Amino acid sequence: MTSSKEALAHTATSADAAPGSQPGAARGAQGRGTPPPGPDSWRSRLYRWDMKASPYAFVAPFFIVFGAFGLVPLLYTAWYSLHNVQLSGLDHQTWAGLDNYKNLLSSEFFWNALENTFTIGVISTVPQLLMAIGIAHLLNYRLRGSTVWRVVMLTPYATSVAAATLVFTLLYSWDGGMINWLLHFVGVDPINWRESDWGGQFAVSSIVIWRWTGYNALIYLAAMQAIPTDLYESAALDGAGRWQQFRHVTIPMLRPTILFTVVVSTIGATQLFGEPLLFGGVSGSKGGSAHQYQTLGLYMYDQGWGIGNLGKASAIAWTMFLILLIVAAINLLVTRRLRKSQ
Amino acid sequence: MRTSTRRSRRLGALAAVAALTTGLLAGCANDSNDGSSNSGDGGGGGKGKTTLTVGTFGVFGYKQAGLYDEYMKLHPNISIKENVTTRTDVYWPKTLTRLQAGSGTDDIQAIEVGNITEAVQTQADKFVDLGKEVDKSQWLDWKLAQATTKDGKTIGLGTDIGPMAICYRKDLFKQAGLETDRTKLAAQWKGDWAKYVDLGKQYMKKAPSGTKFVDSASSVYNAALGGESQRYYDKDGNVIWDKSTGVKKSWNAAMTVATSDMSAKLKQFDPTWDQGFAKGSFATVACPAWMMGYIQEKSGDAGKGKWDVAAAPTAANWGGSFIGVPTAGKHQKEAIALAKWLTAPEQQAKVFAKQASFPSTPAAYDSLKPAAATTSYFSDAPITQIFADSAKTIPVQTFGTKDQPIGTAITDVGILQVEQKGKSPEQGWNAAKAEIKDVLGQ
Repeated sequence: MTSSKEALAHTATSADAAPGSQPGAARGAQGRGTPPPGPDSWRSRLYRWDMKASPYAFVAPFFIVFGAFGLVPLLYTAWYSLHNVQLSGLDHQTWAGLDNYKNLLSSEFFWNALENTFTIGVISTVPQLLMAIGIAHLLNYRLRGSTVWRVVMLTPYATSVAAATLVFTLLYSWDGGMINWLLHFVGVDPINWRESDWGGQFAVSSIVIWRWTGYNALIYLAAMQAIPTDLYESAALDGAGRWQQFRHVTIPMLRPTILFTVVVSTIGATQLFGEPLLFGGVSGSKGGSAHQYQTLGLYMYDQGWGIGNLGKASAIAWTMFLILLIVAAINLLVTRRLRKSQ
Repeated sequence: MRTSTRRSRRLGALAAVAALTTGLLAGCANDSNDGSSNSGDGGGGGKGKTTLTVGTFGVFGYKQAGLYDEYMKLHPNISIKENVTTRTDVYWPKTLTRLQAGSGTDDIQAIEVGNITEAVQTQADKFVDLGKEVDKSQWLDWKLAQATTKDGKTIGLGTDIGPMAICYRKDLFKQAGLETDRTKLAAQWKGDWAKYVDLGKQYMKKAPSGTKFVDSASSVYNAALGGESQRYYDKDGNVIWDKSTGVKKSWNAAMTVATSDMSAKLKQFDPTWDQGFAKGSFATVACPAWMMGYIQEKSGDAGKGKWDVAAAPTAANWGGSFIGVPTAGKHQKEAIALAKWLTAPEQQAKVFAKQASFPSTPAAYDSLKPAAATTSYFSDAPITQIFADSAKTIPVQTFGTKDQPIGTAITDVGILQVEQKGKSPEQGWNAAKAEIKDVLGQ
């Protein structure tokens, strides 16, 4: 505990101190070489210009690409969301003001999609991360052929969504699917997974869990291996068992990593699209006959490309964007709170 | 020395970054333009070859029937490239945006029947009037009418159509103690889909274990609606789906199926539906001509000779396509000539022989030869005769711009809720109503 606190304090002070001290000198000292003598020489001016400009040049490609493929579409979508636009009449836009948003807020399907996104997010993310920690803990023991185990953990992540979902769809099919066949041995009647309200959400979540657990486990494993062994040794000296070590040493040391995976998984869950779309089969963008697993992403896709209401679809896109911003803000707050309490 | 090498290395990196960036930007510039540069490499006619591109979805059969090769042999200055998009729901939005952007379209674009009204009503000015170029009387009236605007502009030439029959498993019918002769069967349900459904009730009384009468209630709905002249829109383009007699009749037939346990509850074109064919879990399926190949493939060798074909209760159409020439294309003259040739009766007959896509030009009907394998697969049924009889008597149907999403709402929400979630027909109807309200943006 103390060591991590010290490390945090150290980085904080060095970061705080940087702007106050002389930047040129500091940077020079950090291995860029001392600037050549002669304050007004051509070479030194070029050198200074180089020092200032090249970092921008290095980061520019990302921002140019982001501008072209991220920012422009984002703003264009905002413009669309304020208009009545049909896919078949892109050149006949009429101003609609906030009508699309009002329409959205009064639509039962929007609220349903929002709720589904949340519930599917929870029932896929929570078990996924818990299992990932457990698996990482197991993999952290000395194992024979540990690399093999680790690679196997990553294979679900490497398979494509389409392939994985196709297999799961067959497993969950209500007539002759393997899961109903197994259930029949314990005396459970066949469940129509795709059309039952909870069954569909459960099935979609299970695909997400299957694909991402190993990935998260490897992230946790990497973090676990960075925990100094002397912490465990001293804990063992104090008489802590395996479980106590896990609870009082591993989990607290993993906290930043856990936060990271929670943030990433939350973003992934908010954007969940491929799994429910493919699980739904032919009219997958509806998310089942009662929209029981239609996520926000699917609702947007259905409105835009299935039905052709681009204005409304754009409004959904922007609402999703705002929701993600709120989620990010909440995460930031929680992170800060946790840092302070540490 | 040290600093200068470092700087030159840095400058080198800068140059690399700059090159990469411009490369990327150049890449996008090319990308948004690729369609026209594709067709542009022929270089405006005159010298050298003209490359024509044909945009299609799914399996159109032109390539499979060797039509492109044949055309290129006849016209040595033309080369043809087909751009296939597998799924219609991906193909059509993409085509719509390209048509409106006026760039990136292929020289010939295929249009599915579900989208033809939208194309006629909203994209007519983006297509060449092909009516002036051909003898319109070649096509079935109702087929031609679908692609023609109010002021008489024909934006697409009919390719195949989907006249309907009933494919049934003779062996299962026999076990259930029903009539197995195709003409006698057709006579039993002639004129009304309700009679067909009633036969289903009879089938279920002695059904071989593990089998149902039909694959799904939605397929009965689609098949029945395919024979009704009144669908979701009236002639003036108003939505009348909840008052439409056609919808009501078809809905009722589907509801009988959904509530009387005679359906295998499969969703068409899902992997589980394919399994249903393989396992023989349903005894009948309403089959448009284009489905024959599908049944053959999915039922496999085990189904050979067990399937038979009988005329459907009413003459009905399900599916079919058109090809149009976008005005944005660079080689309109050549494209029109190719479109005319591809849709001529002789060529349609060739596609039928290979792919069983049924021609929309009656002149082709006398010369139709289904593949020998198909005929023997379906117990030597006179397939051509059955489909041709149906094709000639299909009524003219009124379509609207949102036919497809409305249809999906009724089958995949309304009917599916009754069939698979055990809701009452009234609840199903209300669910479809709410869905259609959402579709129409009300």
